[in-house]
Amino acid sequence: MTLAESVLRGNRLALARLLTLIENNTQEGRIAVNELFPRTGRAHLVGVTGAPGTGKSSLVNQLVRCIRNPQNGKNCIGEEKQKVAVVAVDPSSPFTGGAILGDRVRMQDLSGDPGVFIRSMASRGSLGGLASTTSGLVQAFDAAGFDLIMIETVGAGQAEVDIAKLAHTTLVIEAPGLGDDIQAIKAGILEIADVLVINKSDRPGVEVTERALRSMLQLAHPVPRIFHHHGAVELVNVESSASSTEEMWIPPIHKTNAIEGVGIEELVEEIRSHKQFLLDTGGWRQRDSARLQSELDIMLQESLVSRWRSRVPENEYLRVLDEVVTREISPWQAVDLLLGGGAA
Amino acid sequence: MTERKIRVLVAKPGLDGHDRGAKVVARALRDAGMEVIYTGLRQTPEMISESALQEDVDAVGLSILSGAHMALVPRVVELLKANGQEDVSVFLGGIIPDEDVPRLKEMGVASIYGPGTSTEKIVEDIRREVRKE
Repeated sequence: MTLAESVLRGNRLALARLLTLIENNTQEGRIAVNELFPRTGRAHLVGVTGAPGTGKSSLVNQLVRCIRNPQNGKNCIGEEKQKVAVVAVDPSSPFTGGAILGDRVRMQDLSGDPGVFIRSMASRGSLGGLASTTSGLVQAFDAAGFDLIMIETVGAGQAEVDIAKLAHTTLVIEAPGLGDDIQAIKAGILEIADVLVINKSDRPGVEVTERALRSMLQLAHPVPRIFHHHGAVELVNVESSASSTEEMWIPPIHKTNAIEGVGIEELVEEIRSHKQFLLDTGGWRQRDSARLQSELDIMLQESLVSRWRSRVPENEYLRVLDEVVTREISPWQAVDLLLGGGAA
Repeated sequence: MTERKIRVLVAKPGLDGHDRGAKVVARALRDAGMEVIYTGLRQTPEMISESALQEDVDAVGLSILSGAHMALVPRVVELLKANGQEDVSVFLGGIIPDEDVPRLKEMGVASIYGPGTSTEKIVEDIRREVRKE
């Protein structure tokens, strides 16, 4: 039996091993993903991002607990129970490559539930808040039959927005006292929110944060999502039917307290209705194709670079690099030289 | 192509609340370039083996200062085996009386560390054990 077949039969150890193979970028992992890929595309991918310490992990813990609530086989909002996977990313050290992956500390309530699978991963040098292989892991979970996959990013600052490309639904977690109304109108992380969450709602200052976010939303002109990738427009979200404002999703604001479990059911409902919105408006397919296009582009770039690198002799490369270091030629001239004189 | 990272689960089974040592070791392993999954206090053997499985770790480090090691460690080792993870090395640290060491090693614990152990030694041991496979 191949590894992929074991994964499809629900073998958890095989799944865990496959995740490692994908994470390490191995040939074996790629073969398994090739086999599994036709079975992907069913899971609802929910991204959870926000600054460090806003309570992302604790909130994921509560959300998954609610979704897996064992009451008469239904979850906390009365739906059929779903299998849930969590991919939690924490940063790698830029110096040693090591990492402390501590998100499980907050997710201990989920232990012992066979319908939940949590996997921690280190960012391994990626800067967008995810690791370069996160999408591969998500595909494996998707094929393995997990209905909902929550992806928790590293504690994100202002520009770690890769999650919005990967997820169908992105939750941006804020906490009181982290920024004023100018922060709220800056470009970046707040723009990518499908749902804004103010966690730690028992803390002082929650009204101020809510007001700042609300006025940000009022200032916003709802625009279709267009992702810019390496300066190129990736996908123009063409309005499918005429009255586009009706089909525009205005990010709602939710207040939660993950420690006490306040506001969790409402948030689960909201995630559910965003999924329905995407399905009803065609956004689901659009996001799916945008995501796959961006993944394909990245893979193409990586493969092209490594193929090219294998053809250029190392000493030739070092010689050109040396000319750049001694300021004989500019980096652009070096690129032209290395690519064989052709204009890039 | 990324190099293969060593993944280690650091856990504190049982009820004692002193996780300073576990954190020092976790930090040392991190600085040695390993990926450390830290699960925190008051873990049951079931929780530890489940985490070890989901995270597909190469090694499990347990820290016990409560004296309950003869009850907890065999259970963890057993569960790892039951899950098909008999190749995962188990390391133990904390307050472990000398007379218990032979029996623990017999059960399959790779190394046992008392107070004053240098973190370099732990890093070295884990690297060696994991490479053996």
